[in-house]
Amino acid sequence: METLLLSRIQFAANISFHILFPTITIALGWVLLFFKLRYSRSGEERWMEAYRFWVKIFALSFAMGVVSGITMSFQFGTNWPGFMETVGNIAGPLLAYEIMTAFFLEAVFLGIMLFGFSRVPNWLHTTATFLVAFGTLMSAFWIIVLNSWMHTPQGYEMIDGVAHATDWSAIIFNPSMPYRLAHMVLASFLTVSFLIAGVSAFRWLIGGRTEGVRVALRTAVFGAALLIPVQIYVGDMHGLNTKEYQPAKVAAMEGNWETHSGVPLVLFAIPDEEARENRFEIGIPKLASFILTHDWNGEVKGLNDFVTEDGEVLHPRASPVFWSFRVMVGTGMLMLLVSWTASALILRKKRGVEGLPKPMLYLLVGMSFSGWLATLAGWYTTEIGRQPWLVHGVMTTKEAVADVPASLVLSSLIAYLLVYAVLLIAYIYVIFFLARRMSRGEAIEPKISPSHAANPRTMPAE
Amino acid sequence: MHTFGDPTVWLPFVFAALMGVSILIYVVLDGFDLGVGVLFPFAEADEKDRMIASIGPFWDANETWLVLAIGLMLVAFPAAHGTILTALYLPVTIMLIGLILRGVAFEFRAKAPAPQKRTWNNAFFAGSLMTSLSQGFMLGMYVMGLEWSWINAGFGLLTAVFLTVGYSFIGATWVIHKTDEHLQRKAVDWAKGGIWGLILGIGAISLATPFVSTRIFDKWFSWPEAAYLAPLPILSGLIVVWLWSMLRQMPFANDKWSWLPFVAATALWIMAFGGMAYSFYPYVVPEQLTIYEAASAPESLFIILMGTCIVLPTILGYTVLAYTIFRGKATELRYD
Ligand code: HDD
Ligand code: HEM
Ligand code: HEM
Repeated sequence: METLLLSRIQFAANISFHILFPTITIALGWVLLFFKLRYSRSGEERWMEAYRFWVKIFALSFAMGVVSGITMSFQFGTNWPGFMETVGNIAGPLLAYEIMTAFFLEAVFLGIMLFGFSRVPNWLHTTATFLVAFGTLMSAFWIIVLNSWMHTPQGYEMIDGVAHATDWSAIIFNPSMPYRLAHMVLASFLTVSFLIAGVSAFRWLIGGRTEGVRVALRTAVFGAALLIPVQIYVGDMHGLNTKEYQPAKVAAMEGNWETHSGVPLVLFAIPDEEARENRFEIGIPKLASFILTHDWNGEVKGLNDFVTEDGEVLHPRASPVFWSFRVMVGTGMLMLLVSWTASALILRKKRGVEGLPKPMLYLLVGMSFSGWLATLAGWYTTEIGRQPWLVHGVMTTKEAVADVPASLVLSSLIAYLLVYAVLLIAYIYVIFFLARRMSRGEAIEPKISPSHAANPRTMPAE
Repeated sequence: MHTFGDPTVWLPFVFAALMGVSILIYVVLDGFDLGVGVLFPFAEADEKDRMIASIGPFWDANETWLVLAIGLMLVAFPAAHGTILTALYLPVTIMLIGLILRGVAFEFRAKAPAPQKRTWNNAFFAGSLMTSLSQGFMLGMYVMGLEWSWINAGFGLLTAVFLTVGYSFIGATWVIHKTDEHLQRKAVDWAKGGIWGLILGIGAISLATPFVSTRIFDKWFSWPEAAYLAPLPILSGLIVVWLWSMLRQMPFANDKWSWLPFVAATALWIMAFGGMAYSFYPYVVPEQLTIYEAASAPESLFIILMGTCIVLPTILGYTVLAYTIFRGKATELRYD
């Protein structure tokens, strides 16, 4: 395989691994703040119990996010030097602001949030929790701005093949940014909701029926039920926006080859890149036209419009985009079904968590990581749908790749994949290990020795 | 923008300085926590817990200085960033995998079932070692001009070992400061061993650099520059002697001055780094690309600089806050 393909696989592997953890930390930080505030307000121990358990998952996820993120920032140089050389004047400041306004904030206050509870006043600990949550959101903001600019670039001019910024507010508030940011942040909250619901259901099933589990499960199920309709609505708007700026991507998502009116919504098909048509297509007549143009007979652009006279293909491969889009939407629909049913069961006759039958609990456990699936599928839709462009209409992926021997990229890729596989297994294993240990009523941290409890700073420094 | 003179001259200089300062802060701060990892095999199980506790609240922020340094290079000198990182592809990959291993081992060792703790301890050590060695190797390759040849790679291996021992030295001085009793005495011994890595490392690089390039040779050994620069090696020598005699008497009664070795080690680091910066200026890729040739457009640099002026003091402020909150001897690391 050549360097370009291997570098793409490596980038995809690294960012896919990386995004799993920010997806958890972005929302979990706020959920922890919520638990903490409920505790401070009510003094009820159950909120603190939920906090204490989930802060551990947070710490673990955060560490995974940080180390894989460092890998990301080096990749631009090791594998994609052309990217920074061409659009560095725009990408640079955005990344710099992410580091300065977000990464340091999170990293410094994380220490206080995790280890400072007995050393600082309660308000400072709550503030630290808030700042960490705020930092993850800032980080998401800046990186999404950059990513969105790569999809819908504006506010720049090209001088000698290098992009120069002309209007920073146009760059930051580029057309797809608000949709992508909202969609990603909601994705994060949904992922966390299903994770908390799944792990709490697991603890409930194995007998750990504490008050802390009860509040966490309720909060998560209701949270998911509230957010999923919003997510579907935002996703729809996002798609309409994409249709305007990246019609080739939407054509690939819909599996639509020819521009025509009254386009059906394809439910199943196997797009055939060679013949440039769908096989085994099952669709609902005219529905795609209606969704995309709000007119049953509206005209929708097809992929064939994106092939130049001399046969150069300027659209992405159809099948990966087509399928990943369906995985995301399918998961979203399943989330809707499950969270609403579970909420109804909890609310029915006010029976609370006891009202959830066993199969429902098992279903929730099974969906613990459904958010990851939808998020990855969503990013694959977005990113593969942008190909062959790296920055839409400005530079192609091919132009950015480094001149490194393929064998070198192959060996680093294999090394990363091995490490990632081990870490992913260890991560999931430890989450359920901690859950099991909690349910057995064991403290999940070392006992405080009396002298330390009395005086946390055993010996002050001179 | 033109009020301060020609921005294509002072902006690259300011950014080179900022990048240098970030790298320096990084090698001191992550240097000590990497060093603690390298020293892991020499400690008993309960000592390991205390050593981890001494760096627990800090390591994440320490590593962020690396992200900032690499980020500044990425944004201010994109051409250099590509050239350097593609030339160092292999050691960078090893370093990244090392950083991944040690970063997660930190969390896993506290949360995984007890029998697996050993494994994660080993991962923490291996990751710290990989990171230190590859950073030292990159330093050597950089000094030799980033060309792959047997001689240069050999020199890189040498600096890899020296930097690793140097990190273990600064790590040991940190442990001296953050612990007491038996472990502290142990750390004093570690420091006595580790200081040699630092001396040999600084020595090797000081000797090699002038001979790689006549330009650097002239910068150091022509009159009157040599006279201005003389204090640098002399002062470093004095600090080393002083550190050595101090370590022989430590720990002092009532644990007085336990922070001094760490401060002295930092001073050595600063001087070594200053010397290197002087040698290589104005090049960012040795003998190939100057900071002025590699710089991004002034408008973009200016946008970043404005933010930096506000944000950097804030970052320093809350970093100090964190070190103040967690001052004193390390106790058990507790998640609450
Ligand atoms: C700041 C920029 C940026 C951000 C935030 C993302 N990407 Fe991306 N992505 C790129 C910048 C980029 C890129 C540098 O532009 C790549 C590298 C090679 C390429 O084709 O585009 C890319 C490619 C790329 C590919 C390979 C597509 C292909 O080659 O066919 C995948 C699967 C992803 N990305 C997935 C993701 C995921 C899961 C992200 C979620 C965080 C993500 N990207 C965010
Ligand atoms: C190519 C793209 C990306 C790069 C280069 C990148 C880089 C990084 C780096 C270097 C870190 C570690 C910072 C530290 O030391 O604390 C990090 C962490 C983080 N990243 Fe990314 N990242 C990318 C994509 C994303 C995306 C798309 C998101 C969110 C939508 C995101 C959200 C975060 C968050 C919230 C953290 C904080 C750590 C954590 O939550 O685990 N990143 N990223
Ligand atoms: C069910 C209805 C949904 C619709 C109609 C929808 C729509 C979309 C569309 C059109 C895109 C591509 C945007 C583009 O790049 O042009 C997208 C991307 C994405 N989706 Fe969804 N989505 C839905 C559900 C979900 C769910 C449930 C999640 C996660 C929990 C999710 C997570 C994502 C992510 C992470 C991306 C990539 C980032 C972005 O471009 O916003 N989506 N979605």
